[in-house]
Amino acid sequence: MTQSRAFRNSPIMNLKIIDPGLVDFDTAWQKQKELFAEVKSGRLKHALLICRHNPVITIGRSGLKANILAKEIELDRKKIAVYEVERGGDVTYHGPGQLTVYPILNLNYLKKDIHWFLRYLEGLIIFGLKDFGIGGERKEGLTGVWVGKRKIASIGIAVRNWISFHGFSINIKRDDLINFSLIRPCGMDIMVTSVESETGKETNVEQVKKSFISLLANRSVAEPSF
Amino acid sequence: MSTKIILPELSEGVRKAMVSYWYFKVGEKVSEKDDLIELTTDKATFNLPSPCSGRLSEILIVEGSAANVGDVLGTIEEN
Repeated sequence: MTQSRAFRNSPIMNLKIIDPGLVDFDTAWQKQKELFAEVKSGRLKHALLICRHNPVITIGRSGLKANILAKEIELDRKKIAVYEVERGGDVTYHGPGQLTVYPILNLNYLKKDIHWFLRYLEGLIIFGLKDFGIGGERKEGLTGVWVGKRKIASIGIAVRNWISFHGFSINIKRDDLINFSLIRPCGMDIMVTSVESETGKETNVEQVKKSFISLLANRSVAEPSF
Repeated sequence: MSTKIILPELSEGVRKAMVSYWYFKVGEKVSEKDDLIELTTDKATFNLPSPCSGRLSEILIVEGSAANVGDVLGTIEEN
C-alpha cells in the first residue's frame, strides 16, 4: 500500500481545532508556535488554527518589500501592519473578509513530501469551494487556487521537523479585495477574486469556516487526490 | 573528520531549492539535529537539521543561492 493510499483511507485523527475568531496576525502567529511546540513534543498529534485577521500584510521568504505598493504612511493610516514571516512565498494580504487556516499537521503521520502537501492543500480548498458553487482549479507552477485567471486562495507554508505551519487563506468577502491593491499579490500582476465575487451572493465567513473544519476533521474528505 | 551537508530529496520531482537561511555562522558549534539550514522551494520553507555534532567549517551555498539535490551545501568538522 502506498503512503498516499494509506492516507486516503485515514482521517486526520486527533485534530485539535482552535478557533479564536477575529485576531491580530501576531496573536495567531504566536498561537501557531505554541501549537507547533505541542505537536513537536507529541502532546498533540495535529492541530488546526482557523481564524480571521485584522488587516495585515505578510512577506514570505521569497518576498520583496518592493511588492508592497502602498506607502508606509498609507498603511499607517489604514492601520495595516507588515510582518516578515518564515513561510514560503512572496507578499500577501490578510483581512477580516478572508478565512485564514493554519494546519499544524505532523507529516510524519501523513506523507513526508512538501509538494504533496501543497497539492493536498490546493485539493482541499478546491473540494471545499465546490460546496459554495465555485469551480476552483490548480495552475501548473502557480501554487494556490484559481477561478479562471483570478486567484481565490493563497498558500504559503513552513515545515520544520516534518511539522507544517502557516497555511492558506481564502478570499470570501468582496469588499475586502480592495486592499490587495496595496500589494503585488505573490509578487505577480494577478487578479484576485472572492467567493462573493464569483457567486454574486452574500456569504458568511462563519459558514465557510464550518465547512472547512468539517473537511479537515472528517475522513470522507481527507482526500489527497482531489 | 568532516561531514558534508548534502541537499536531500525534498519532494517527488523537485530537484532544486534555495538556501534561504543559515542558522549558524562558520566556526560555530552545532549539535546533531539542530536546525542548520532553511531551504525554500515553491511556496514552502523547510529546515534541514544538522547531520552530526561539531563545528560548521564551511558554507558552500550562501543564502539566496539555489542548489540541486545531492549538492554539498557546506561542511561540519565533527567533534
